Amino acid sequence: MKHAITILGCLAVLAGCGRPKTAPVPQATAHGSALVEVSGGKQVAQAGMMLDQPVVVQVNDAQNNAVAGAAVVFRGPAGVSFNPASGLTDSSGQFSTVVTLGGVASRYAIRATTTDAGGKNIELKLEEIALGYQQTLGRQLNLQYCSRCHDPESTRERVSNYDNLTTKPHAFAEGDTLNKMSDADLVAIISHGGPALSRSPEMPSFGYTLSKSDIQALISYIRAVADPPYHSAGVVYAKN
Amino acid sequence: MSLGEKIRSLRQKLFGDPARAFGSMSLVLLAMLAIAPAKNFFSEWRHYQKGYLKLVRTRADALTLERHFSPGFKQIWLPEMGAVDRCTTCHVGLKEASLSDVSLQPYRPHPPIPHSLTEFGCVVCHRGQGAATTVEEAHSSTKAWEQPMLPARYLESSCGQCHLGPMLGTPQLNLGRQLITRYGCVRCHAVVQPDGTRMMASDDPPSLEHIAEKTTREWIYAWIKNPQAYAATASMPNFQLSDDDARDVSAFLMAQSTPLAAIHNQPASKAAASTEATAGASLYGESFCASCHAVQNAAGALVGGDLGPELTRIGSKAKPEWLEAWLRNSSVYDPDTKMPHYRFDQKQIATLAGFLEAKTDSDLLANVHLSEATPAQIQHGKTLATEYGCASCHEINGIKKPENFAPELSRVGSRSLAVLAFPEGIPHTLPDYIDAKVRNPRAFGSGLKMPQYTFTEQQRSAITTALLALTERAQTQPPALRTAAVHESNYRPAGKAGQLMADLRCFSCHAINGHGGDMAPDLSWEGSAVQRSWLAEFLRNPETLRPALIRRMPRFNLTADEINTLTDYMMVVYQTPAVDRDSIPASSFTPDMVEQGRQLFYSKYACQSCHIVDPHKDKGYIGPALWAVGAHLNGAWVYAYLKNPQAMRPGTLEPDQHLSDAEARSLTAFLMAQKSAKQAGKK
Repeated sequence: MKHAITILGCLAVLAGCGRPKTAPVPQATAHGSALVEVSGGKQVAQAGMMLDQPVVVQVNDAQNNAVAGAAVVFRGPAGVSFNPASGLTDSSGQFSTVVTLGGVASRYAIRATTTDAGGKNIELKLEEIALGYQQTLGRQLNLQYCSRCHDPESTRERVSNYDNLTTKPHAFAEGDTLNKMSDADLVAIISHGGPALSRSPEMPSFGYTLSKSDIQALISYIRAVADPPYHSAGVVYAKN
Repeated sequence: MSLGEKIRSLRQKLFGDPARAFGSMSLVLLAMLAIAPAKNFFSEWRHYQKGYLKLVRTRADALTLERHFSPGFKQIWLPEMGAVDRCTTCHVGLKEASLSDVSLQPYRPHPPIPHSLTEFGCVVCHRGQGAATTVEEAHSSTKAWEQPMLPARYLESSCGQCHLGPMLGTPQLNLGRQLITRYGCVRCHAVVQPDGTRMMASDDPPSLEHIAEKTTREWIYAWIKNPQAYAATASMPNFQLSDDDARDVSAFLMAQSTPLAAIHNQPASKAAASTEATAGASLYGESFCASCHAVQNAAGALVGGDLGPELTRIGSKAKPEWLEAWLRNSSVYDPDTKMPHYRFDQKQIATLAGFLEAKTDSDLLANVHLSEATPAQIQHGKTLATEYGCASCHEINGIKKPENFAPELSRVGSRSLAVLAFPEGIPHTLPDYIDAKVRNPRAFGSGLKMPQYTFTEQQRSAITTALLALTERAQTQPPALRTAAVHESNYRPAGKAGQLMADLRCFSCHAINGHGGDMAPDLSWEGSAVQRSWLAEFLRNPETLRPALIRRMPRFNLTADEINTLTDYMMVVYQTPAVDRDSIPASSFTPDMVEQGRQLFYSKYACQSCHIVDPHKDKGYIGPALWAVGAHLNGAWVYAYLKNPQAMRPGTLEPDQHLSDAEARSLTAFLMAQKSAKQAGKK
């Protein structure tokens, strides 16, 4: 009995700790009529990690002018946290928050809301991508072997070769094209090069450089960052 | 009937005679015996297993899933790792890839990892109480069990228990370990890794034995007060000394400094400096100082490498005569420096020194006014320098390097919470403790000496990950489970060439036989790869081989003799047995082969995507330019490289295209026919 009470007590305490009280939303001094994304959507990070860039949204009025002092609240699925989760837009009508993703590899839909003058909620949906182990490995392989050609952006450490190629490679987020390719197609083109699918020989074969599990990891990364999202056909079973 | 009578009659009925009493007692006993099976029957895990069956019955592959499922209690016992895991009792679908769209716990399948569940269990990676059978006890910390589940952001720490070296799939762990060595944490905190080796620092804090030759007391004061105000990239942490303490430490450091004759006996030089304003900047550029040193540009962005210190405000720090002596031969002041001995002439030294001295920041020392130091201040400064463990990193006259200055961290990942004192507001978990300690060490009590670092949240998280990998289990598990790290060899080349290579600090950037840096190519097999004449010319006047690279080999102004010595040594000693230099002579190539090689190069393998043979037509600049490769490389090496690039240069980007012998030979013939850019241009 004594144990039961202790356990119940612990549970009660833990339950109390588990749901930290959300900070009160500050009183809005102005209201807008639209909420738009400035930056920070579709970022990719490892599961459980903080996104590299803050998520920035802007509140506009009917004339598309920025509204300062409008209250913005961020919400997300379990595991996602915001710092800060709510606040007022600054003088340029923007509100910025640092997002930490949940510990499970998946896409996290986060919602920013503000209220218009009539008290109606205006909502903006954003999506962030959390990678698991296999996708993280794929991401690292991509940085090492693929991104110099497949990523048109140059960085200080890595100059892009994209512009030098006759046939332009697809960025890995190009879901419209890559989602149509089956896993087997991707394995073929990565392992044996472009000619394996009657495409450009400028895509070399990596089948003797990368292991099978490396190639699987790359594909899982390509699937994870696809925009629009990739939906696997799943296991198909004959009925009856 | 009163209550008393009722009880009496009930007692009479139940225990009136021995037979009744026996019967009643049997019933009570039976009821009590039933408690155990009932408790078992209504247990949490049975509830979850029922839920799982309900879930799988809605799925297309219900039959397969049901066949895989067996009811009852599950346990993974790993005696070698000291783990007993009952997690799979509730997490039933861990191995069912077809449930990948299920987000409801405990039924999610485990995402793909290279290890099998049966071999490694769950708690070895995720922590938590493997033996517990209730949700609360398994996942959270309770009074009896204090080991909660590890948050996902620190999960890579578990990989680090066995994998002692960097891995491609664990960027957080790699970064954390790199930061721990790069910021010299292990200079104060000993970390003995499970394989018995001590983690070594990779930073290079300077000796302070001659500090007065290099800089002023005012600069030392400003630096100690806030190193990052001088250079944002400084790795020295902030010890948060008071003004008086900083005054005394600076007084002591100046007082303990001894003079260096080499700095005072320099040829007078000011007059020789080039009068041209841009001469210094162009010499700085030509000497590729930026390969190692960064300077903040007008936009505030850092431009340059991070092997040496940032030079944005070097003029506010370095004394002119010290700077000249340093540029003449840096090893006079610091025998362990990574900076090469450039063979600058007097005019170059004066020009470069003048250029660097002009990089000042008038705000840095504007408010520093120190009066003459008193003996008491110097004595107090020495006491402070000893107490704060300055000598753990720097050589200081009169203070011995302390042993075990700070607590050892070899098992910090298993530290018991019961022995830790948490400041207000820090959640009671080990990761939060470590993170808080790195974020703000002085918040843990007064009188603590650990300095303040300027890590970002991401960096802190990586450091915490690396520290959490240092567990009791990592130290005690069987050595066979460990994947060792590659330790740097103590290779040093011998003889005259060896001395020259040490003087030029080749190993700051190049690795040979497992020793050296990774900024520039590994030279272990350079003698097999290149032609002697090319190597000699390259040492005389290095040019970049890769158009897309920013970092380049500096020109060392070597004499013909020095070039000969180096070239001879490298050509003879740095050979791989896998390549016979004379096996593919130029005479074995026919024009047909060259033409076939051209076809392969441009059509079948599209090598021009990454390499340039014809500067007018080809654009790829990821790989080295190849317009003069026939005058650069050895044919046998090119052939061997084409057959298996990774074997010849581990980690190279060039994929192994599995060329046939004939293809590799034709391509070699084509490449070896490329003798110069001019020739390529004429085609």
